[in-house]
Amino acid sequence: MKVLVAVKRVIDYNVKIRVKTDNTGVETANVKMSMNPFDEIAVEEAIRMKEKGLATEIIAFSAGPAQCQETIRTALAMGADRGVLVQTDAELQPLAVAKLMKAVVDKEQPGLVIVGKQAIDDDSNQTGQMLAALLGWSQGTFANKLNVADGSAEVKREVDGGLENIKIKLPAVITTDLRLNEPRYASLPNIMKAKKKPIEVLAPDALGVDIAPRLKVLKVEEPPKRKAGVKVKTVAELVDKLKNEAGVI
Amino acid sequence: MAVLVVAAHDGKTVRSNVANAVTAASQMGPEVHVLVAGSNAGEAAKSAAAIQGVAKVLGAEDAAYANWVAEDVAPLVVKLAPNYSHVVMAADSVGKNLAPRVAALLDVAQVSEAIKVEAPDTFVRPIYAGNAMATVQTADKIKIVTIRPTNFKAAATGGPAPIEQIGGTGAGGLASYVGAELSKSERPELTSAKIVVSGGRGLASGENFKMLEALADKLGAGLGASRAAVDAGYVPNDYQVGQTGKVVAPDLYIAIGISGAIQHLAGMKDSKTIVAINKDEEAPIFQVADYGIVGDLFQIVPELTAAVEKK
Ligand SMILES: Cc1cc2nc3c(=O)[nH]c(=O)nc-3n(C[C@H](O)[C@H](O)[C@H](O)COP(=O)(O)OP(=O)(O)OC[C@H]3O[C@@H](n4cnc5c(N)ncnc54)[C@H](O)[C@@H]3O)c2cc1C
Ligand SMILES: Cc1cc2nc3c(=O)[nH]c(=O)nc-3n(C[C@H](O)[C@H](O)[C@H](O)COP(=O)(O)OP(=O)(O)OC[C@H]3O[C@@H](n4cnc5c(N)ncnc54)[C@H](O)[C@@H]3O)c2cc1C
Repeated sequence: MKVLVAVKRVIDYNVKIRVKTDNTGVETANVKMSMNPFDEIAVEEAIRMKEKGLATEIIAFSAGPAQCQETIRTALAMGADRGVLVQTDAELQPLAVAKLMKAVVDKEQPGLVIVGKQAIDDDSNQTGQMLAALLGWSQGTFANKLNVADGSAEVKREVDGGLENIKIKLPAVITTDLRLNEPRYASLPNIMKAKKKPIEVLAPDALGVDIAPRLKVLKVEEPPKRKAGVKVKTVAELVDKLKNEAGVI
Repeated sequence: MAVLVVAAHDGKTVRSNVANAVTAASQMGPEVHVLVAGSNAGEAAKSAAAIQGVAKVLGAEDAAYANWVAEDVAPLVVKLAPNYSHVVMAADSVGKNLAPRVAALLDVAQVSEAIKVEAPDTFVRPIYAGNAMATVQTADKIKIVTIRPTNFKAAATGGPAPIEQIGGTGAGGLASYVGAELSKSERPELTSAKIVVSGGRGLASGENFKMLEALADKLGAGLGASRAAVDAGYVPNDYQVGQTGKVVAPDLYIAIGISGAIQHLAGMKDSKTIVAINKDEEAPIFQVADYGIVGDLFQIVPELTAAVEKK
């Protein structure tokens, strides 16, 4: 079975982002970009499936500007076999990404798609569920553990009250949560090997997908800042402040 | 046109965040209806009918709805949606799972985790772990919105609103519920607790969390944790507060042995009062704390537990 994984290029999670002074978005020039951490988990899970003989080929998908090739290369260096980039400089929203992925799924016919539960830039937590809906497939979201067997998968999900187990029919879309696995680092020889692995570049038009944004971003602003308070020396002082100043205990 | 709130529930009562969703929904349209889909969920429907501002409750009974399998509940919501201007859900694990599936089936966008309703078509939502606030406008005819419960006041009790029974849509056979491993706790639920005591890697073991439990019990608080504490297996996953965990905004948040990474701050910086206990005076958590105390938590926490009065 082929496995398709999504890899999104996002501002690295360690970067302290800055809102643009004209309030149109956040500053992305000269900022370190990386693979969305949840997508590293997706790639790792696919590689483990291949190592167990459950997957035959891993295709890394990304949508966005030409630089997304670097993100795909990272996935290839980790162990994916080939890449598909839908290249566009236009703003992409989750529904558009899901439609692009659906077009690639229709072509490649994977038995499983693994995406991150959320991208740490836009924090939407939508794309996987939308893709499952468009395909008419089942969805195993916020996966903590994945067991793929003949024609179905058992998914342990991270939910509000703890963990939930579901059984879903394949093909399916899985979205990764933090505890699914610990992604590997690419070794130097594998980074070299990845340079030779193929990446197919497609245009949204060629896939017949309308990617026009549905949500208009009117403005992006800094959140209100919290002021640092005071340091207290003793527990007695803390309790006094909580009681008499803040009035919270 | 009316606004439809889709309620998560346990069969007996709707989740407390439904009252927050009703408040948000009432800012989007003139009339609010609540959908309670379930199996033997009559009591839950009654609890929804008792929320002030709810004009009507739709009760949909179907064995397929017993465990909130998104693949089975989505077709019902899709069927009802054309009668409404908006479909609103709380951004909890049920809403996050279901709402995007509904949106894609309707071919509309979704606004995730709105924290403010500027106008019926315009919402403010945090992006980049809350380090930027985006104001977004949607032109879609049916607007699918998940709301962050902590940013909307819970609607009071009122009613009762009439309950109308509607039919189910059956099981699609794509997915089935097997079971759950829920964390048992007598303590207040994390996202609605007035006080939250949270522990991080500084606790050094799951055993040491007992110390926080003692403090939490005395304060009548809920218990939370950083990702590092969850990853290390000190506490279950549902304790995680942050960008990719739960968002809390209690009156008092006590961060113990937590450094204050942006991903953690994203989940608690709207708390009214923040206390930080950390041995490193440079820890970023102190930049958002109203009251900080620098020192060894293993000494300070027992002292604090002894000093506060039992609630
Ligand atoms: C203020 C603002 C400014 C924006 N500016 C830009 C911009 O300049 N350029 C731009 O391209 N977009 C821009 N966007 C759009 C935003 O990045 C998209 O919403 C995004 O492409 C969709 O991802 P998400 O974070 O919403 O999805 P989520 O649903 O949170 O993502 C979940 C998973 O879906 C997969 N996925 C999502 N998107 C992709 C992708 N593109 N490629 C591969 N896998 C993916 C990943 O596996 C990811 O882990 C902007 C949005 C806002 C609000
Ligand atoms: C994709 C992604 C998503 C993430 N999502 C989240 C999220 O939702 N929530 C979250 O919390 N994190 C999240 N993180 C992780 C985050 O970046 C931090 O790694 C994490 O919050 C650190 O946890 P911590 O503060 O407990 O640990 P550390 O950063 O290790 O801090 C431990 C603190 O304890 C203090 N300490 C140690 N011993 C003592 C003692 N005896 N007395 C007093 N103080 C002591 C130390 O001084 C230190 O400040 C995410 C990261 C990524 C990449």
